This record gives sequence, C-alpha cells and structure tokens, in this order.
Amino acid sequence: MNEQQQSLLDFMRQQSDKLLSQTLEHIGLTFISLLLAVMIGLPLGILIARKKQLSGSVLGFAGVLQTIPSIALLGFMIPLLGIGPKPAIVALLLYALLPIIRNTYTGITGVDVSIKEAAVAMGMSKWQILKQVELPLAMPVILAGIRTATVINVGVATLASYIAAGGLGEFIFGGISLNNTNMILAGAIPAALLAIVFDFLLSLIQKMNFRKVRLGVYALPVITLLLASFYFIPSAYGGKLTAGFTPEFMGRQDGNLGLRDRYGLKIHTIVISDAVMYKAAYEKELDVISGYSTDGRLKAYDLVVLDDDKHIFPPYYAAPIVSEVALKKFPELERTLNMLSGTITDSIMTELNYRTDYLHQSPERVAKEFLESKNLYKPARNGKAGIVRIGSKIFGEQYILANMYAMLIRGYTNYDVSTKTGLGGTKICFDALTNNQIDFYPEYTGTGLLAILQAQPQTVNKLMSDKERTYNFVKAEFNKRYNIKWLTPIGFNNAYALMMRRKQAQELNVRTISELKNHTNTN
Amino acid sequence: MIKADNLSKHFGAIKAVDKVSFEVTEGETMVLLGTSGCGKTTTLKMLNRLIEPTSGTISINGRDVASRQPEELRRGIGYVLQNNGLFPHYTVAQNIAVVPNLLKWDRAKTQKRTTELMEKLHLSVQYLNAYPNELSGGQQQRVGLARALVADAPVLLMDEPFGALDNVTRTKIHAEFKALDELKRKTIIMVTHDVQEAFALGDRIVIMDKGRIVQQGTPQELLFTPANDFVKDFLKEQHLQLELRSVKLTDIWPGLTDTGRKTHTDLLSADENMWTALEGFKFTQHDNINIINQHTREIKSVGFEALMSAYYQYKKQPHHE
Ligand SMILES: Nc1ncnc2c1ncn2[C@@H]1O[C@H](COP(=O)(O)OP(=O)(O)O)[C@@H](O)[C@H]1O
Ligand SMILES: [Mg+2]
Repeated sequence: MNEQQQSLLDFMRQQSDKLLSQTLEHIGLTFISLLLAVMIGLPLGILIARKKQLSGSVLGFAGVLQTIPSIALLGFMIPLLGIGPKPAIVALLLYALLPIIRNTYTGITGVDVSIKEAAVAMGMSKWQILKQVELPLAMPVILAGIRTATVINVGVATLASYIAAGGLGEFIFGGISLNNTNMILAGAIPAALLAIVFDFLLSLIQKMNFRKVRLGVYALPVITLLLASFYFIPSAYGGKLTAGFTPEFMGRQDGNLGLRDRYGLKIHTIVISDAVMYKAAYEKELDVISGYSTDGRLKAYDLVVLDDDKHIFPPYYAAPIVSEVALKKFPELERTLNMLSGTITDSIMTELNYRTDYLHQSPERVAKEFLESKNLYKPARNGKAGIVRIGSKIFGEQYILANMYAMLIRGYTNYDVSTKTGLGGTKICFDALTNNQIDFYPEYTGTGLLAILQAQPQTVNKLMSDKERTYNFVKAEFNKRYNIKWLTPIGFNNAYALMMRRKQAQELNVRTISELKNHTNTN
Repeated sequence: MIKADNLSKHFGAIKAVDKVSFEVTEGETMVLLGTSGCGKTTTLKMLNRLIEPTSGTISINGRDVASRQPEELRRGIGYVLQNNGLFPHYTVAQNIAVVPNLLKWDRAKTQKRTTELMEKLHLSVQYLNAYPNELSGGQQQRVGLARALVADAPVLLMDEPFGALDNVTRTKIHAEFKALDELKRKTIIMVTHDVQEAFALGDRIVIMDKGRIVQQGTPQELLFTPANDFVKDFLKEQHLQLELRSVKLTDIWPGLTDTGRKTHTDLLSADENMWTALEGFKFTQHDNINIINQHTREIKSVGFEALMSAYYQYKKQPHHE
C-alpha cells in the first residue's frame, strides 16, 4: 500500500509538467464550455420563463441531449467539427445546458408574484424587472444550476482526450489501456479534486446573503473567463507537424516513449482515440499518427507507413498456432495451413482489410477471391474424416484468415470445419486453444511474446529488432510450455507503425522515422 | 380627479367587475368595501393598468389612462400591496428608492426625502440598511407605504394595506394614518373587507358585491339610509359603533350644552367623532370633556348625559347632511 502511494507520488513528480498542463487544459475546457452554456442557457431559460408554452419543448430537448452517452455525443461531433477542442467544448456545453436552462426557468418563475406585481406597479419596465428583481431573486437557484453543470463538466471533460482535446483524461485513459494504476490515479485524483473544489466554491457563492451576492455575481464571469483561458496557455509548441497518438501508444516503450528515447523525435503531440485517428489524418487535422500497419483505413485514407529504421516496434508477424494434439489427430493439417505462408504481404493484408472494413465486403468473399487470385481455391470436397475447429479473435483480419483456412481445409483435405470466430481478445482465444476447445487460430509473434509469454523487458529488448529471433523464441517457448506449435508465418507484419498522408510524405521526402525526426527537429 | 365609467372585467365566464362607475374628487379618500372575491382588487388594478378592463373607461385628471404609456402612468401613482410586496433583496433604503431611481432623481434628493418619510412614519433611520425580513409586520407595512409615498404622487392606491396586521397594531396605525399630513392632500382609493377600517378612514365608501356596486356614499349615508337589505345586513354587526364613529362632534355641536365647569385642561377636537369622545370618558376617568370647535374657536365642557342627549337629538332629525 505504502509502496503504491510512494510510486504514485513519484509518478506525479516525474510527470509534473504534463500533470500541470493537463489540469490547466481540464479547467480550461470545463469553464470555456460552462461560460458558453451560461451565455446560451441563461437567455433561453429567461425566454421560456416568459413564453411558458415553449418551456416543454426546450426543456425536453435539453433533457434528451443529456441522455446521450458522452462518448456517443463526442462521436456525433466529429463529422461536424472534426477533432480537438472545438467538438469537445460543444459537447460539454450541450451537457451543461439542461441544468442551467432548467434552473433559470425555475428560479424566475419561482419569484413571488406579489413582488413581481409590486415591481410592475411601481412602473418598472420588463427589462428593469428582469435585471433588478427577477434575476437577483432567482440567482441562488441559477447558481445551483451552474454548480451542477460545473461538476458534470469536470467529469465529462475527462472524455475530451478521446478526441484530442487534452485534459486529465489523457492520464486516465492512457492508464487504463496500459493497465498502469499510477497513471490512472494521476488523472483521476486531480479530476475528482477539481470537482470537489469547484463544487465547494460555488456552494459558498450560492449561500452568500444578498449583501455579498452582488459582488459574487460580478466576480463569477471574470473568474470563469480567467479559468477558461487556462486552456490556451499550454499550447505553445514548436514545429509545424502535429502527431495524434492513442493513449495506449503514448505510454508504451514500444510507442511514444521509444520514439523519444531511440529516435529523439520531438513533435507536437495530441492524444486521440483509435476510432477517429485515421480520418483526422486524412482531413489534415493530424500529420503523423500511430496505427497498425495492416489496417484497412491505411488504404482508405491513402496513408503510408514510415519505415521503423531503428526497430522500436516489435514484430507482429501472423502465423497459425496449432495444438500438438490437433496436429496428431489431423495429419494433413499442417501442410494445408502452410499453403498460405508467404502469400500475404503487408500491402495485400491492408487491401484485404480495406475490402472488409471499409467496403463492407463479406470476409468469405474476400477470402475466396484472394485464394482464386493465387490459384489456391478448390471447391469443398465435403469429406467426413473429422472436424477441424478454427478460432479467431474479434476483428476483420482474423475473420478473413479464418475463412481462408476453412476453404483450404475443405478443398484440399477430407476434413470438415467448424469455425468459432469472434472469440474476443487474445486471452479468450488462447485459453480456448489450451483447453482443447479449438484446434488452431492465427496469432501474432509480438502478442505471443508480450501478452502471452509476458517476457521480461531485457528479453524483449534483445529480441525486438529481429523478426526471426522473435519468431524462434515464441515458437520454442510455446512448444515447451503449452505444447502448441507455431506454423510458418503468413508473411505480413501487423505491428505498430507511424503513418502519414502519402502526398505529404512525398512532398516532405519522408520515408523513415529518422527522416521524420530530421524534418521536425530542424523546423 | 379619478373617474371610472361602466368599468367591467371578465375572466372567461366570471364577471369579476361588472359595469362599475364611480368618481373620486381630489384629496378625497374613497374606500372599496366588500367581502372577499367581490372584485375590489380587480377594480383597483384597472386604475393603474395592472389589469386591462374588458370594457369601460378610466380617466385621471381628465386623461384616459388607456392612452398613456403604462410605465409612465404607474410612476405617477403610489401603490401599496396587501402583503407589502417589498423586494427581499433590497434594503429598506433601496426599497424606498425604487421609484426615485426610475424617475432618475439624484442621490441626495432621494436620501433627503427618504429620511423625511422615515421620520414621518415613525421608522428609526437605523433600519435604513436593514432587509425587510429583519423588520416586524408593522414596520414592513410602513416601508411599503413610504415606498408608495416617496415620489409624492398625487394618487395613492392601497389594497388591504393593513390586512396583515393584528387588531391592536391596526387601530394604532389607523390613527397615525389619519394624522399623516402627506396623505391629506392625496387622492386615495383604498380596498378593504374590514367595515370598521372603511368607516375609520373613508370619506366615501363604495360597497361592492359580486362585481357590482351596491351602494356608494358617505359613512353616514350608508348607515342611516342603506339602499337595501344587503347593505343593512353588511353593516349590522358593528352598527352601533359605526354610528357613533360616523357622527362628528361638529354635527351635534348645536345641541351640546356647555356646563361651564372645566375641571382639567385636556382638549378634544370637534372634528373627532362620538366614538372617540366616549372613549375619552372611558380612558381619562374625568366626568366631563372639553371639546374645541376649530372653526369658531369655541370650547364646550360637557358631561356624559349631555353628550348622549345631543346625539339622540341629532339622530331624530330627518336628514343627515
Ligand atoms: N386572473 C384571474 N383569473 C380568473 N379569475 C380571477 C382572476 N383574478 C380574479 N379573479 C376572480 O375575480 C373575482 C374577483 O376577484 P378580486 O378582484 O381579487 O376580489 P377581491 O379583491 O374583492 O377579493 C374572484 O371571483 C376571483 O376569483
Ligand atoms: Mg383582493
């Protein structure tokens, strides 16, 4: 426990620059959106207090906005506003709207009618009544709404990191994907503290009596503006290129840390989710992104992979892994599966992924057409000499491979096939294999090394730059520990990669990460 | 000064006010009297256009109020609400300064006028920076009155101004109210459901029922020549006291015989009514009271029997005008 605390503090100290800038971004995001929400919500609340027939629809609409899950709302924003602070602020503003509109409405309609009547009777105009009577008397209720909105915003702002708007979510979600508790806490604790502190400060203003409340009401917009401006402070970067990396990539040695250590790459980096990263690169919001080298979107958005000339990304060569039991039971299996080896390069796999993920062609069709093009396809023999059980993880590339294997087995042997596709992640697939639920599935060398064998860092460092040695290492270890055989690699390497728009890479004459580094660091 | 002609206000099917006409002359205090829901407040609010009439006209100083800009009209009419309607977020001074600020008075003038009014209304200046919720009901009522009087508007509308006060406070405030010089030159329309209050304060009384005027006239006229059984029944309970209140000592002056024995120096104005004179006997324990007729500067010293016999003599006369 003590050790945990110690290392959390160490982490925070080490990352204090980042922690500060993320906290400032977080506060900034919260208050920019809050300010805008007040600027929109307050007049709307006043409007519906005047025209009550509008109140149902306005409050209803604001209520519906609030029921949209935050991630989905951020998702809706991207096609409209791209990535970065703009969509994040709009999304936060939409969340903050309901409490502000509702409380303004409740506050104003709740002002004692006889007081309003007195104001009218003394000859005050509508505007004077609003300014001098209704708003001041509704202020405690309105402030309560602003308080609710602030706390909501501090919470939702953690999700801003999904769309490259920064904030403490970078630590939180980076920590979650890296399974790094200190990193999660370094983001979560300040976020929780911010919520508590702002809630408390606003409760003080809310409880002020009339004598002081006027001061508070004047001070509030000023303070809010000040806090809102925090967002713009950390944005002093050099260079013209912008990189967008996933939270996971940010914290990995075989990711951003390696880029800095081994390449010395210094580039303005924002954190963004995998779901929107490729599109953002295509739309020139980002110049360099972290991705997977066989991702279909590479082709869809015309991106190129930069050569990892210093080998910081471990090889992820794909090969079928088969239990020894199955190899004995199906003597023809190994030969049949190896028919695919060496046939699929990175660019072919990217193309195939593009056809399933982007053109939405079925994995069967893509698999069949590929085998036909290589003259490997044969119609099914409908043999009855036993059933081979094929597994696959839950993404497109694995579906395609599983289909190819199924077609090869049916066409070249007398075995039949049952496919258990969509077995979630690595752990589920691998457990299914060791527990004899399936006979084989396609696995990647890097995953075998890091996720399954959980190799020591020294081992990883030693092996990483060499795909042969990595393959030999996992093959030997799997055989020894699990009685599982790695067959010959299929050919492609689905590893982490840096990528750029093809056109920009050509213009800048950047083909490798080193060249990218030379380019950014001299700029 | 104020003239309502065939004034009606309908809320859907409810005829809250139904063809009401009356006239109030300058400096007069007119009371709208009737049970709850008879349309008094609605009538009053039409005068400063808080409510627009369904039909009929109102003119103040010969000008149709409908032709005037409402805010400007209202700034020229003092208005006292039943539950005072003070702004809870304003201090006493700020509450009183609302209309002066609307009229863009300078600060010094407002301040001077506020202090003057506080004094006249027996409010300590230490309350100037207090908030309404720090005051008693009676004090709040006075602040409400001060707010309505501050700009010295010639017309004052009051909706059950003393309704929230207990009986003792109310009687005390009635006396102060009548003595207030600020009010002497104002044209006042006051709403109440309290018969005693109406008789205590009204120069003329308009009795309303179900949105219509049942009878209007001076207190004496209503008491001694009620238009119908409704009026008679309405006034019945407090009839004796009202009668005594409605008769001024000047009315019975000719019938009063002076005993010529002045045993003390207390003087009672002949503008006071019979009720006050009788109370004088009760509270002072003297067996005679000295009444001074302001107009003739004559003083008569009378005993209880002499007073009562002059009163009965007066009542036997056929006309009380
Ligand atoms: N805004 C309104 N809408 C509908 N009915 C009303 C409204 N204001 C008053 N009334 C009705 O008009 C009648 C007269 O009301 P009001 O003038 O307030 O009576 P009072 O002041 O004599 O007690 C009552 O029956 C009341 O219910
Ligand atoms: Mg009323």
